[in-house]
Formats: sequence, C-alpha cells, structure tokens
Amino acid sequence: MELAKVIGRVVCTVKDESLEGVRLLLIQPQTAAGEPQGPPEIAADALQAGPGDIVSWVTGREAAMALPRKFAPVDCAVTSIVDHAWRDRSLLDGEGSR
Amino acid sequence: MILARVIGNAWSTVQHRCYEGKSVMVVQAVDTDGRTPNGPEFLAVDSVQAGPGDLVLVAREGNAARQVLGREDDPFHAVILGVVDEVDADGRVTPGNAWTAGEGG
Repeated sequence: MELAKVIGRVVCTVKDESLEGVRLLLIQPQTAAGEPQGPPEIAADALQAGPGDIVSWVTGREAAMALPRKFAPVDCAVTSIVDHAWRDRSLLDGEGSR
Repeated sequence: MILARVIGNAWSTVQHRCYEGKSVMVVQAVDTDGRTPNGPEFLAVDSVQAGPGDLVLVAREGNAARQVLGREDDPFHAVILGVVDEVDADGRVTPGNAWTAGEGG
C-alpha cells in the first residue's frame, strides 16, 4: 500500500460491463513528503476522493477487495483519503521508539 | 519479508472499514545495516505497536496481512509483523535500535 495524490479522472463509456458505476481516478504515487514515486496509475475509487486529495491505494487482488462490489476486475484501488501523513528520514538512524 | 524502518505514519478518517482502529505506518525498505534505503517508501499496517524509528519486519502480501489483521476479504496489503532487535548478517551484527545496542534509556 502506498500514498498518492489524485491528479485527475478517467471516463470510459465503452468498457467491460462489470466496471459500470466504478469511479476511475488518475493518481500520482508519492512519498509522505510529496515526492513523486513511480508512474501515474488509474485507481478505482469508492470513497469519493477528489482532485488534490492524498489517498492510500493498493494493487493486485486487494484492489478488487477494496470495492463494495466484490471482485470488480480492477488491479488498483483507493483504500483511504489521508488526512495527514508525515515522515522523517532522520529516523533511519535507528533511534527507535522504545 | 523485508527489513524496513518506521519513518512516519498516516491518518485517515474516510477509509475502508477494515482500517478502523489500525495504525498505518510510513516505512522505508532498508538494507541489513538497518538504515540504507534499498527500496521504496510505502505504507504498512502495524500489528506489534511499532513506533517511529523502529527497525521492523514487514510482509508485503495480502494473505499474510489478512491472517494477522482481519477477515479474508479485507484489502490489507502490507503488515508489520515484528520489531527487530538485531540483524546478524555474515557475522556483522546490527542492532535494531539504539536501545538494543545498549545506548538507549
């Protein structure tokens, strides 16, 4: 599971019938600091994420599980709309939280 | 499974119901030295009260995550399975955290 920013939408009228009613968002994967990480993806969305939202997303079989209609033929889906995400790379030095 | 360092976390209110009550950590895949990034930064659901800075064991596969975290149709993908005390690679022992190296409080 990774973070991404919603950068747009994709509309298809001619499509597999089981994709009927599935919202398709264009997302740009990124780190918690907003650095792009990998190419844009098209993610199915059942949480009504909008342009500019930061979301978490999954791929593979989990994507089909993230939608209300079980096993729509999707391999990428939004799992949450993120309110806040932070990261601090200095933590790589192993201070630990204990 | 891989070694990763917890370097942050992410909160959401609007989310798939399976994430309710779970904490989502930002993790960075690292080498056996416990600090050199050797893969992407990604999100993993915690199951062992890992905290920022901890070196952790992460499984990135839905079935493993579901066994630990939830039901068989929950879209979990990556799960933190353990907090690493030390890594012994080719005789070189890397402490998981400053506290395991005896310096911590």
